[in-house]
Amino acid sequence: MTALRIFFIGGRISYRALFNWISPWHYIPTMLGGTLFVLIFFTYLGRFTDVEDESFFVVGNAVYISSISCVYGSIMAIANERFFGTLSPLLATPANRLALFAGRALPYIGNGLLVSAFGFAMGWLLLDFDPPLSSLGPLALVVTAGVVSCTAFGMLLGSIGLRARDVFFIGNLAYYVLLLFTGANVPLDVLPGWMQTVSSCLPLTHAIAAAREVVAGASFRSVAGLVGDELLVGACYAVAAYALFRLLEAEARRRATLERV
Amino acid sequence: MIGVITPIVLATIAFYLFQSGSQSEPLLYAALGAGLMGIWSTTLFGSGGAIQWQRWQGTLELLITAPVPFIVVLVPLTLATAAYGLVSLVSTLVWGRVLFGIELDLVHPVLFALAVPSAVIGLGLLGLLLASTFVLYRNANALSNLLGEPVWLITGMLVPISLLPGWVTPLSWVLAPTWGVRAIRESALGGDPLPAILMCLGLGLVYMLLAALCLRHFERLARARATLALT
Repeated sequence: MTALRIFFIGGRISYRALFNWISPWHYIPTMLGGTLFVLIFFTYLGRFTDVEDESFFVVGNAVYISSISCVYGSIMAIANERFFGTLSPLLATPANRLALFAGRALPYIGNGLLVSAFGFAMGWLLLDFDPPLSSLGPLALVVTAGVVSCTAFGMLLGSIGLRARDVFFIGNLAYYVLLLFTGANVPLDVLPGWMQTVSSCLPLTHAIAAAREVVAGASFRSVAGLVGDELLVGACYAVAAYALFRLLEAEARRRATLERV
Repeated sequence: MIGVITPIVLATIAFYLFQSGSQSEPLLYAALGAGLMGIWSTTLFGSGGAIQWQRWQGTLELLITAPVPFIVVLVPLTLATAAYGLVSLVSTLVWGRVLFGIELDLVHPVLFALAVPSAVIGLGLLGLLLASTFVLYRNANALSNLLGEPVWLITGMLVPISLLPGWVTPLSWVLAPTWGVRAIRESALGGDPLPAILMCLGLGLVYMLLAALCLRHFERLARARATLALT
């Protein structure tokens, strides 16, 4: 029961505390405005180069832009505790670490879904994107799998923040690596073999492929394999993230570096 | 990161799309566009950051109250951030040469040498105009997150303006990056870059005058509202 409380209520409180500075003035331009223009820019680039149809770029980017929350938010969920000087008191508590760690991911999953849904809605409103109504349910499930997986990836990067000082460099790098490697804009079969191998190990790659199939009329059952792969990738990142968090926590205690910024 | 990795990733995406797509532009077209996108990103975040960092460090009030006009302090800062963006242009050209075999065969090398600094000055002074608003609004740096891709798009850095809705065209004319990228492309790939170079420098002058007016007004408002030190 306590672990559940830490998971849900602790996750919500930590989000409110770490993002007490955020206001509509920050949220709307960054999370919605900036991501909308990513979607529009790459869709027009797709129109110009005529590599694939418009739906390819709208779907790829609408799923991809969720990473702004999943990657940056998750990194800040851990790294900002150190910058704000609250990491030591937090880790001094006997709270269940798994609940404490996983609970932090929830707000970023919610935000990621919101950003992605906004992207799809704007694609429908402003661009030539008109998915069949029957695809919306499966599409929501596919996007959720991608967002969960990408949040696990972000938590891994956030855990590195227990050691590294400039986590935003890692976040920026990851954000652009996902843009190139996940097939959001460049069809995977155009990329060299080694890049395709890297793609298959990254979050969002399988979700983007599944989302495109669903929008093209495929059933959820027919993309279940891709969704399973996406969740498997996410599970690997989640395990790695938690293991790294515990490892670096123990090391930071030993070296007394928790408060070093 | 903004100066090197971001433009390289964007250039790589553009190279793959241009290579496998059906448009007829050479890859150098994409390399130059991606380089200019990097210059704009460094200018945008550098100019906004120049004010915001001063605010966080508590030095903004000192600079504003000093007898030297604030614009004299600000112009070198924004021009320097734009000039730093040249790293982006060099990175994308080197990246394109090494990995995609893109030759830098310049049609008008002398005009190219004129076009690049003109574009940097035009972009840097547009950054100055943006930075002037950051004096008054402490959250204005959030605009930096919003203005990257729209300017990439409507100034034709990778996508021709003719492909965009008609109402975008007049908007693109008042933005120096439109003329900057045109000047660089026409000097590298062929055409008459001189009008674009002059437009870039002329718009830069207009931005500087507007920024001076904005700064005078925003400085007075910020002093009256006592918002300079608010972070």
